[in-house]
Amino acid sequence: MNNPVIGSLLRRPESGSVISLILVLVLFVLAGAHVDRFLGAASWLNFAANLGIVALPVGLLMISGEIDISIGAMIPAGSMGIAIASGYYGLPIVVGMAISLGIGVLVGLINGLLAVRTSVPSLIITLGTLVGMQGVVLSASVLLTGNASVPLTAPHWSKFMFGQLLAGSYQVIILWWILFAAVFLFVMHFTRYGNWIFAMGGDKESARNAGIPTRRMTIALFVLTATCASFVGMCGAIQFNSAQVSGGMNYIFNVIVSIVVGGVLLTGGFGSVLGIFIGTLTFAIVSQGIYFTQIDRNWSSLIIGMMLLLAMLMNNIFRRMALSYSSRKTDGRT
Amino acid sequence: MAVPVLELRNVNKSFGPIEVLNDISLKVNAGEVLCLLGDNGAGKSTLIKTLAGVHKPTSGEIFMDGEKVIFERPKDAADRGIATVHQFGGTFPLMSIGRSFFVGVEPTKRIGPFTIFDRKTANATAVKAVQEFGITRIDDGDRLIGGLSGGERQSLAIARAVHFGARVLILDEPTAALGVKQASHVLRIVNEAKKRGLAVIFITHQVMHALAVGDHFAVLIRGKLAANFMKGEKSREEITDLMAGGEDMAELEAQIGGGSEELHSPAHVRASDAE
Repeated sequence: MNNPVIGSLLRRPESGSVISLILVLVLFVLAGAHVDRFLGAASWLNFAANLGIVALPVGLLMISGEIDISIGAMIPAGSMGIAIASGYYGLPIVVGMAISLGIGVLVGLINGLLAVRTSVPSLIITLGTLVGMQGVVLSASVLLTGNASVPLTAPHWSKFMFGQLLAGSYQVIILWWILFAAVFLFVMHFTRYGNWIFAMGGDKESARNAGIPTRRMTIALFVLTATCASFVGMCGAIQFNSAQVSGGMNYIFNVIVSIVVGGVLLTGGFGSVLGIFIGTLTFAIVSQGIYFTQIDRNWSSLIIGMMLLLAMLMNNIFRRMALSYSSRKTDGRT
Repeated sequence: MAVPVLELRNVNKSFGPIEVLNDISLKVNAGEVLCLLGDNGAGKSTLIKTLAGVHKPTSGEIFMDGEKVIFERPKDAADRGIATVHQFGGTFPLMSIGRSFFVGVEPTKRIGPFTIFDRKTANATAVKAVQEFGITRIDDGDRLIGGLSGGERQSLAIARAVHFGARVLILDEPTAALGVKQASHVLRIVNEAKKRGLAVIFITHQVMHALAVGDHFAVLIRGKLAANFMKGEKSREEITDLMAGGEDMAELEAQIGGGSEELHSPAHVRASDAE
């Protein structure tokens, strides 16, 4: 640790996630994975992109010290919104898209306002909106269309933007994911807003005393998570020409695992966008890549569980090392 | 006689029926250290929070440079140059020195259409500010706050306050959790801040630390100002007795069967800090 280069690398929140990724790849190669076929496959990239667009804002929210699990209901809400408006009622697709994203903004506002106005933990608040929104989506769908599944025919341009398959099997949402990641990376690590989010996760009270509009930032982050979730739902509806009431619940756990593997501290104040990105990639490779190995795919949950624990452990060690790095020079520590 | 930088006149503060501060009048001048002494629950924290704009006094007035001020929120006090440094200094252990130094007032630069956080300037300014206070071991602005020693964190927090133009520095038990050597670093920095013409309000349990830097002493007992005196007017024993609520410390010690040094051990201080 006397090497400053290693020291500064260890200080990075994503170092643990890079090692997780490498370990998983090594494990899969040892298990006889067809690396060439795997790399060419779209399945895990599609999976990662859908997950990643939700994981990015939720990760930022977790760095700021809050959490949002209502995303599990916002994905079907986003797809039902556009399907009911444009598929069932035949409104222009733009109106459908506005309704989809509008539901996201609205639920995000509710989550955010409740989080800053009450002292209830955001896990409980968003658990409430999660269950509530499931009820709303199901009731609205049955009430308006008499069905829990609604078809949608999207015009060509919207299909091109949000639902086309590139090279036959790659969903265009992969490009959206990369774009989102680039924007989030820039905001989080290169603007003052990122600094504010870190400070809020470190100590909200001090952050507010330092003049940061913590309430407005918290609300904005909740709006972002819910809207990104409904965006994923919207793209899914356009892609598959239909929307279902169910689904989305798996995202809650998958998103949290991806973020934690990516090196974000559950209690906030530490993490990175690159880490969240790599964590999502790692998660997608484990859960989809297992089909390309000799390992029975029933084991994939076990691998994910072990990977999560291992990543947590590694991140803890790295964080401790980052904290103690170069304090060897100090004396008289108490 | 110079106009005091900060003055309290007959300040009262009560939370519902509970009276926490009772008729407090205090002055602190530029280049002077006011030591605020008092046992737990004496109202020190409430007094600091009132000065920092967290609480509004129930009655009474606060003056700065002879002009009446009303703090609606912490930012009002901060804008007036009142800076509070808490016991553990940096409150963002997982942020880098440069980033935490500039929380809320980040330096930015423009690259094309983007306004970006200027990490280099932030790090260099933070390191320079703390080195000017004699802490030369801090030389890398990318280091995390949590990796600094307690004394270094306090020093950094004080340097930060001074850098941002603080005129009144409120130090909330800065030496309570520190070892002897670290505490002496912090005391030296308090002296340096005083030399630069800041008014310092130094809250402490430790009479020795207070005597080392204080010019002016105030003892709070159950929300009342029990004593208000200048350096050299009272002995260490008298001050200790006052802090214990006017009871004779020697008698108290005899009852417990321990020496006075025992009572100033860090273990005692830490246990009593958990208020």
